Amino acid sequence: MTLFPPSKQPFRPIAAVRLHFANADRPWDWLGVVPFFGFAIAFLLIPAASIAIRSVQDNAGHLTLQNLLDLRQPTIVSAYWVSIKLSVVTALIGGIVGALMAYAITVGGLTGGVRSLLMTFSGVASNFAGVPLAFAFIATLGRLGIVTGWLNQVGIDLYQGGFNLYTFWGLAITYLYFQIPLTVLILVPALDGLKREWREASENLGATSWQYWRYVALPILMPSLLGTMILLFGNAFGAHATAYALTGGQINLVTILIGAQISGDALQNPGLGNALALGMVVIMGLSIAAYSWLQQRTARWVK
Amino acid sequence: MTRQMQQQGTGSQQGWSWLWLTLGSLYFVIPLLATVDFSLRAKKDTLGFTAYANIFNDPKFFESFTFSALTGVAAIALSMVLIVPTAYWVQLRLPRLRPVIELITLLPFVVPAVVLVFGLIRTYSTTLLNNRSGGWILLTAAYVILSFPYMYRAVDTGMRAINVQTLTEAAQSLGANWGTIIWRVIFPNLRVALLNGAFITFAIVMGEFTIAALLAQPAFGPYMNLLASSKVYEPSALAVVSFALTWGAIGIVQILGRGKK
Repeated sequence: MTLFPPSKQPFRPIAAVRLHFANADRPWDWLGVVPFFGFAIAFLLIPAASIAIRSVQDNAGHLTLQNLLDLRQPTIVSAYWVSIKLSVVTALIGGIVGALMAYAITVGGLTGGVRSLLMTFSGVASNFAGVPLAFAFIATLGRLGIVTGWLNQVGIDLYQGGFNLYTFWGLAITYLYFQIPLTVLILVPALDGLKREWREASENLGATSWQYWRYVALPILMPSLLGTMILLFGNAFGAHATAYALTGGQINLVTILIGAQISGDALQNPGLGNALALGMVVIMGLSIAAYSWLQQRTARWVK
Repeated sequence: MTRQMQQQGTGSQQGWSWLWLTLGSLYFVIPLLATVDFSLRAKKDTLGFTAYANIFNDPKFFESFTFSALTGVAAIALSMVLIVPTAYWVQLRLPRLRPVIELITLLPFVVPAVVLVFGLIRTYSTTLLNNRSGGWILLTAAYVILSFPYMYRAVDTGMRAINVQTLTEAAQSLGANWGTIIWRVIFPNLRVALLNGAFITFAIVMGEFTIAALLAQPAFGPYMNLLASSKVYEPSALAVVSFALTWGAIGIVQILGRGKK
């Protein structure tokens, strides 16, 4: 009687392999990764480090905290605030709408043709951002846009009613066009991972559908759901092209401010630009750290 | 009884599913239809392809398109040359470095494009950027960095699916050197993975605006943005062309993915 199933891994003569590769003690192995690390250091790590270093230096190169303290300027605080608000709003709405759509093509039973169509579309739309996306929404909801025109004909004047595509909510509606598909792409595998047995077990114990979702499915899904929203947050927080093309740089976001700082020292203080960029990296870094922590929690269930 | 209940449950479930799906799809489809519709209205009171004709007759369109396409190809080639040997070497000899490589290839998600280009400009303003082709070199390098997450993930997945150790030993016992192994054994075995990473990178590069604009490069993204300041209908025609391009590139990736199963 065997208690343990036989290992699925093919038998490998580990000792032989070790012998072959550790035989000659090769101190030069690390040379093989030099090109990659060299490139990453030159074009990613040094530029990133230089931002961090320069943000604690004044123009003469002396150590100072003034740049970081200057981040309290009202324009900058408001840029961070609008960026964060926009990211949170589109992450929440995008996460919820995307989750409902992902639900429809997994647990909801609309598998088959509809599912593969939505998945393909999501793959495309999550990569369809920036200038062309802004154009699409200008053609749709701009002053001369098609939908604006339709609504006009039935007596609804969007722009009289206070809507403006080139401000916060217009930007939010546009961002959702890549946020929702991204959610679908990430959540479908998670929802596929919900085991039928869990539902059957809870039904056998007399649970209602609501109880099943409230006490079984949602707690299991929560880490992936939160993780997805964090990813969406970062996605919106770092976006520059869509906002720039839509508003012509007229909205006060951190990314727009950094762009303006590059093209013409808009803040009239080079050090402050570095501090601004550093703040972004710190916020992005924190959200990715939270994401990977949640990922590890998810991995406990999805085996 | 149970079966009946289940069927009822599925019925209402499907009802809700259709509702969510329809609402979501409307949001996805209406802007596309509106953009197509808008792009056909360049001539008053008739629908026609005037806006498209105007774009395709604009030499700037082809110049910027070719520029971005060539830059994309250069970035893809460089990215492959950097990632494949490294992933191979790490798998074979330096597995301890795997987490470090993974972290570096994920960094582009932490450092947004606008911050990356800011750092690049500040770092190289007195050296590379004084050179005439310095801007293009930095643009290509930035695109290579942007491609890392996609390329590395694709290559890593592909590498796990083949038995690197056995292939290497087999090639070595036939007398192949490292260059031959990587070029003639590893690369061909990763074909699907590499195409995957290549097309995603291409789709990203073709529409990229921020880095190209801030490095003042004549790429397709800045061209599209510039056109919007002088034209009304042509930008939406460009959006349609660009969406078709993205659809083409990502569609190929998905077909490749299906073929693998």
